[in-house]
Amino acid sequence: MPKTFTKTTLSNGLTVLLKEIHTAPLISSWVWYRVGSRDEVPPLTGISHLVEHMQFKGTPNYPAELMDKAVARDGGMRNAFTYLDWTTYFETMPADKIDLALRLEADRMTNSLFDEKEFSSERTVVISEREGNENEPMFQLGEAVQQAAFRVHSYHHEVIGDMADLKTMSREDLYKHYRTYYVPNNAVIGVAGDFKTKEMLARIKELFGGIPKGPTPPRLLRPEPEQRGELRVTVEGPGETAYLQVTYRFPPASHPDFFPLSVLDSLLAGPTNLNMFGGGGISNKTSRLYRALVDKEFAVGLSGGSTTTIDPYLYYLALTIHPKRKPEEALAALDEEIKRAQNELVSKEEITRAIKQARANFAYGTENITNQAFWLGFAEMFASYDWFETYLEKMSSVTPKDVQRVAREYFRPQARVVGTYLPTGNGESK
Amino acid sequence: MSANGKLLNHRQSLPGPEDIHREVLPNGIVVLARSNFNSPSVSIGGYIHTGSLFDPDEKLGLADFAASALMRGTAKHSFDELYNQLESVGASLGFDSGLHTTSFHGRALEEDLLLLLGLLSETMRHPTFPKDEVEKLRHQLLTGLAIRMQDTSDMADITFDEILYHGHPYARSEDGNPETIKAITRADLVKYHQRCFGPRGMTIAIVGAVEPKRAVDLVHRALGDWENPVQPEIPSLPELKLLDKTIKRHFKISGKSQADIVIGTNGPRRKDDDYMAASLGNSVLGQFGMMGRVGKSVREKSGLAYYAYSNLSSGVGPGAWTVSAGVNPRNIKKASDLIVKELKRFIKEGVTKEELSDSQANFIGRLPLSMESNSGVVNALLNIERYDLGLDYYRRYPDLVKAVKPVHVLEVASKYIDPDRLAVATAGP
Repeated sequence: MPKTFTKTTLSNGLTVLLKEIHTAPLISSWVWYRVGSRDEVPPLTGISHLVEHMQFKGTPNYPAELMDKAVARDGGMRNAFTYLDWTTYFETMPADKIDLALRLEADRMTNSLFDEKEFSSERTVVISEREGNENEPMFQLGEAVQQAAFRVHSYHHEVIGDMADLKTMSREDLYKHYRTYYVPNNAVIGVAGDFKTKEMLARIKELFGGIPKGPTPPRLLRPEPEQRGELRVTVEGPGETAYLQVTYRFPPASHPDFFPLSVLDSLLAGPTNLNMFGGGGISNKTSRLYRALVDKEFAVGLSGGSTTTIDPYLYYLALTIHPKRKPEEALAALDEEIKRAQNELVSKEEITRAIKQARANFAYGTENITNQAFWLGFAEMFASYDWFETYLEKMSSVTPKDVQRVAREYFRPQARVVGTYLPTGNGESK
Repeated sequence: MSANGKLLNHRQSLPGPEDIHREVLPNGIVVLARSNFNSPSVSIGGYIHTGSLFDPDEKLGLADFAASALMRGTAKHSFDELYNQLESVGASLGFDSGLHTTSFHGRALEEDLLLLLGLLSETMRHPTFPKDEVEKLRHQLLTGLAIRMQDTSDMADITFDEILYHGHPYARSEDGNPETIKAITRADLVKYHQRCFGPRGMTIAIVGAVEPKRAVDLVHRALGDWENPVQPEIPSLPELKLLDKTIKRHFKISGKSQADIVIGTNGPRRKDDDYMAASLGNSVLGQFGMMGRVGKSVREKSGLAYYAYSNLSSGVGPGAWTVSAGVNPRNIKKASDLIVKELKRFIKEGVTKEELSDSQANFIGRLPLSMESNSGVVNALLNIERYDLGLDYYRRYPDLVKAVKPVHVLEVASKYIDPDRLAVATAGP
């Protein structure tokens, strides 16, 4: 089966990645913009996400309702995501209907209206989204830990933004953000599925090629200075359950150490699933930390993982504390396992196991076209598509010594944040 | 498909009689298999005929506890050994208990399917419920219940079921509550398993990089000799007593910034003739595009909620037809009023021809997408078997969808929804 993959840059700077996959009569298209919450400063935190919401509110050619209806009628699926380094919009459509998605995306790259009235109701929708997040203890804790970890770098705030900013930013702020970052030379389109590359490229050129290039948008970069000592934060809130979140500073995805760290992550907390759709589901009950923390009843649940980012970000471990234990006891048990990874070489079998887990996750992820199209552009946001294609290869070259070295270098208590959620009860007495 | 030929055809990609293999083993197990060699992976899924309908009130959560405990140790392997086999090859296997059935789902690389089915058989047939593992699990379940008590969405759903299904087994939460979970003993788990787990009515679907014949053969080898002469029939359901007036109930959870609302009534069973009309009507009401009419009113126009949608949940017994929204606590009334207004409009005016045709196009068009992954096809095959839809169901589906007219939606809407007899549940501060 031919699995042709092509990467082209149009004259206006738009990067196009295409991959033919003729396994189902579907095509998935993803448009990525190099803008995310890391490009925001107060009082405009959360603006990238709000702009993403407004991108569903229509253009002169495609009023909001018409857009929704057209895609839904054709049996398509569409959504958008905003993250630290990027914002993305996708549609997966029956193959013969993909043109609609391409037209919509080309149109809203420049023509979105940002209607004042629509904005005022969307503002409260996003405020409601944030209030929903705030209901969750783990969101509260995660936000506090992230803020402690980044004093200088704009990874400091949550993607959804601070409530104060959500309440005050204006339609003009949003429109300016949109016009600054939504230019073809700041975008990548990745399309995968049941098409012919030549025809698809021609159509993309036709639809997107005429959109004028803009000034290269700046990327906000304020490097985080080295952390000199463990930071601790505490959040109190309703409930009976305590949580612990520990973060360590991790290198960017493009750094060679990312791969031995991925092996270590698999060993410590089970494999991280990097697929947006499909993949995952591999449990972590024989990971080192599950055995040490959950089997030994310091915690009732454990998760851990890293994120692929442009600048150094965080590895997190999240624990739901056992009702009969204190967070400190769980932390001490966690530290023992970290020390073990630093002091003892892992076995070759453990590395082989981590590679097999990664291979399985990627195999599950290739079951669907949406996820395969996702990878085309996603990898470009922090590295290149080659990063994805050579992932298993790079993991395979990891040695036990590499794992020990990164365990020592990155899992230092001086460079971590320890966050504790202390439950204050169910509040009946209040 | 090669790069020079024509592109793929829609209907051909959907499962149908010529590519679904169905076989019944001598002990009653139904095996459904369909191959897909596009990825070297395999998904399995299925169910056996036992669930929380068997739970005594004082031990509510027993079926769920037992399902969670199957993987905690068997005659041959410890908890750690079982999971080590799975996780070492990147495979997964899990069990869930519902009212009527206990379901399982798993996946593996094609080379590990034999291992996966072996573990499925072992954990379903020979669990030992080791004492210390049962106690560990009990703490995990109790913590889960404590977390649930703080979850506005979960508690609004539970409160809704208590109102709508008052006096009916569906009113009970399958997870039980702290008192009942504490009351369940290891002996209860052993007894329940011995009595209720068996092959009769069991269905398993296998989809992925395996020939159907081989899939059946592997199931036969793993489960073909399973027998349980005492396996009981699922208890029959009593009639649902319909509400005679609107009942509102609030579940208080302090310190939360968002409240959840669930408003609704009973709906059709999956096998009822009016299911398709209700399903299409539901799409117009609160799903199509950005969550249908409800989304348009509560979210798009009023900006009151991030999510506001309707849902039709139809299974073996009486279904539920609900509208849910998450709102700021001070907007509960405003949002509830808008929802009830939409319900009234829905039963008075029904849906327009255009609205219906939009949803019909959506139902038909989205089918290939819902079956992109192996697990999507597994679910489709199980659906066919559970509700006797016929192997050609997804081929007939477009015609079934198109046969619904606006008048059918209007009929089904006013048959089930009465604005003066609603269950209204809220949870929050």
